[in-house]
Amino acid sequence: MVSRPPCFDEMLNEDGTPRAAYAAYHKWFAEQDSTHLKQKARDAEEFFRRTGITFAVYGDDEAEERLIPFDIIPRIVAARQWTKLSRGIEQRVRAINAFLQDIYHRQEIVRAGRLPIDLLVKNEAFVSQMIGFTPPGGVYTHIVGIDLVRTGPDEFMVLEDNARTPSGVSYMLENRETMMNMFPELFSTIRVRNVSDYPKNLRASLSRVAPPACTGDPVVAVLTPGIHNSAYFEHAFLADQMGAELVEGHDIRIVNGRVAMRTTRGYQPIDVLYRRLDDDYLDPLIFKPDSVLGIPGVFDLYRAGKITIANAPGTGIADDKAIYSYMPDIVEFYTGEKPILKNVDTWRCSEPDSLAYVLDHLSELVVKEVHGSGGYGMLIGPAASKKELAAFTAKLKAKPANYIAQPTLALSTIPIFANSGLAPRHVDLRPFVLVSPDKIDITPGGLTRVALRKGSLVVNSSQGGGTKDSWVIEDD
Amino acid sequence: MLGKTASGIFWMFRYLERAENIARLIETGHRFTLTRNRGRQDEWRSILSALGMDATYRANHEEYNAAQVVDYLLRDKANPGNLRNLIDSARQNARTTRTAITRELWEAVNECWICVNDALKRQVREAELPATIDLIERQTAQVRGALENTMLRNDGYNFSRVGNFIERADSMARLLDVKYYVLLPSVSFVGSSLDNIQWETILRSTSAYSAYRWLYPGRASALGIADFLILDRRFPRSLAFCYGKLTDNLRHLAMSYGVQSDSLTEAERIYAGFASMTAASILEDGLHEFLVDFLTQNRRLAAMVEQEYRFNS
Repeated sequence: MVSRPPCFDEMLNEDGTPRAAYAAYHKWFAEQDSTHLKQKARDAEEFFRRTGITFAVYGDDEAEERLIPFDIIPRIVAARQWTKLSRGIEQRVRAINAFLQDIYHRQEIVRAGRLPIDLLVKNEAFVSQMIGFTPPGGVYTHIVGIDLVRTGPDEFMVLEDNARTPSGVSYMLENRETMMNMFPELFSTIRVRNVSDYPKNLRASLSRVAPPACTGDPVVAVLTPGIHNSAYFEHAFLADQMGAELVEGHDIRIVNGRVAMRTTRGYQPIDVLYRRLDDDYLDPLIFKPDSVLGIPGVFDLYRAGKITIANAPGTGIADDKAIYSYMPDIVEFYTGEKPILKNVDTWRCSEPDSLAYVLDHLSELVVKEVHGSGGYGMLIGPAASKKELAAFTAKLKAKPANYIAQPTLALSTIPIFANSGLAPRHVDLRPFVLVSPDKIDITPGGLTRVALRKGSLVVNSSQGGGTKDSWVIEDD
Repeated sequence: MLGKTASGIFWMFRYLERAENIARLIETGHRFTLTRNRGRQDEWRSILSALGMDATYRANHEEYNAAQVVDYLLRDKANPGNLRNLIDSARQNARTTRTAITRELWEAVNECWICVNDALKRQVREAELPATIDLIERQTAQVRGALENTMLRNDGYNFSRVGNFIERADSMARLLDVKYYVLLPSVSFVGSSLDNIQWETILRSTSAYSAYRWLYPGRASALGIADFLILDRRFPRSLAFCYGKLTDNLRHLAMSYGVQSDSLTEAERIYAGFASMTAASILEDGLHEFLVDFLTQNRRLAAMVEQEYRFNS
């Protein structure tokens, strides 16, 4: 075992007493009978199963649908702390949108020498068809998820920005429903900020960026790759909650110069398309020609102001991990302010000095693919075998620009309710942000993901992670 | 509503109706094996025929033994139309039409799927068969309950009903066609009573046994049964009843869409036809010919609905 610095536990002080934000919850918890709580934990699982909140795991034929494990101990953040976090998130999201507007227009940041041009033009996520085009309302990232990690009382850092199609918001909503269902008494005594307006806000936010061609109440549709996609439940859930149609490529055709869906009354134009599909699959005429999931010709209509696509094509570049390392500069460049939220220290392996350092310290570092996501294709040095380290050394030497490295962080822990009682596990937090032309709306809390295995730092659901309900509570 | 969604709801209720129908036929067949010594094989065979599965069954199995047929109908992978697959498809359709059905309906279908899958993980032993059939019938009844109690009476509801009654009419006609020889020869022997077992089987497999006894205590005749199952508008599985419902639901659709509907006109025409028939005239003109003709018209109506409301293109 590798020894690590002690981790910050969000619930308990080192002497075992609860921290302020958890005081009321802890008091309630101490009064509960553990058999009763165990039953509640089983009830929660049953609740998820019955409501069909499942996800599909790629390359897993046998258990096609799985439940994301849910832990009944909530993540609690005090309002004061949340206010500070929100400011940081808002600043970062504004900067990301300004950055996208800039790189697809004058590229001032490159001219100012703050960002190497190669990172844009040689980047697969850069969509050259977006050059010179401004999406309706100037909004690029309508929906953003900012992944935060914590290492101390006030040390929150951004681990990743999710500017393409962040998922998980349905779990945030259903986790809360489940908790209110199982522990109503907690919600009547502790003032937890409401999250259930998210779908309503999402719809309103998307309606505010209707394209010039829209007349009347904007028609919103959610575009899903289909029932076999791992996040299909979420696509259906959001469409249902927003009162929008859930469409697939084959429901859509271009009729009279509009993108239209086949309804029982004939083809009806769509004004705003919330697509849960990667850029590559969106329009086979522009991107992957063999994609059957997308809509041929949608890009031209988009540029002609006949439809709004959310998030805009080409936003993925903002969550590219190589760009990530420049995010503090980006925030400063566009907002003129110091970043409120810090980045995690990052070595760009494309730079020879950094690469040398990374290769020397591989067993201490976390190495990530620049374009990877979902916890796939990463190396956690301290947990890796000699063989894995050797394999990654070879990969790094072969394609250094493909990787970044970060220190192995002492991520904060929150207890989970295990068979043996409370057991600390590492967590992260993904707040969800809605961007419309006139405002930025951050749902209080977000999705807390928890690494269920003892000592594990990987919280992704595809890698055995679970979730917790996340509370922002009013200060007393 | 998307054409795909309308199609999804329509088929969801066809699958559920078909699954219920299989469950009822298994129940009848099993009862038959328990109460009779002879003719067991024939009974299972005619059940398979009524479901249109006899040929595929014989391609996979040599003889009609009860355990094998039951497994074939419930869960055998060699049978793509097995009950488990039907429930699976119904649930899959519910997932894809989540935006058009209520949470209650979705949860009822999902729970039905969980329970049925659980019950059919392994081959069902004879001792568990009644409880298993009971579970399936209860679960599907809960789905119907959720539909009736929570769904807005909008196009989605109407598509579910149209799917339901097209499927029901189809399965009733096919069952009658398989059994027509039971009814047919006796016409020339007016007043002769049918073989008790055979008519009991028909009535039981259509959930009509007690209803029929209330209406015609002690009088089971070919004419009476044909009249009841085809023309009686009070009996919720008769062909006339199904078409009464189909015209209602298609009329609601046409009115809410404000369209001239060919499928409505066709359903009304078929429905009106029942009024001019009597059981005697049907049997005289040939029950088999009547049923074959009806099945064709019923299929055509389904195709008209699919086209009119743009299910697929």
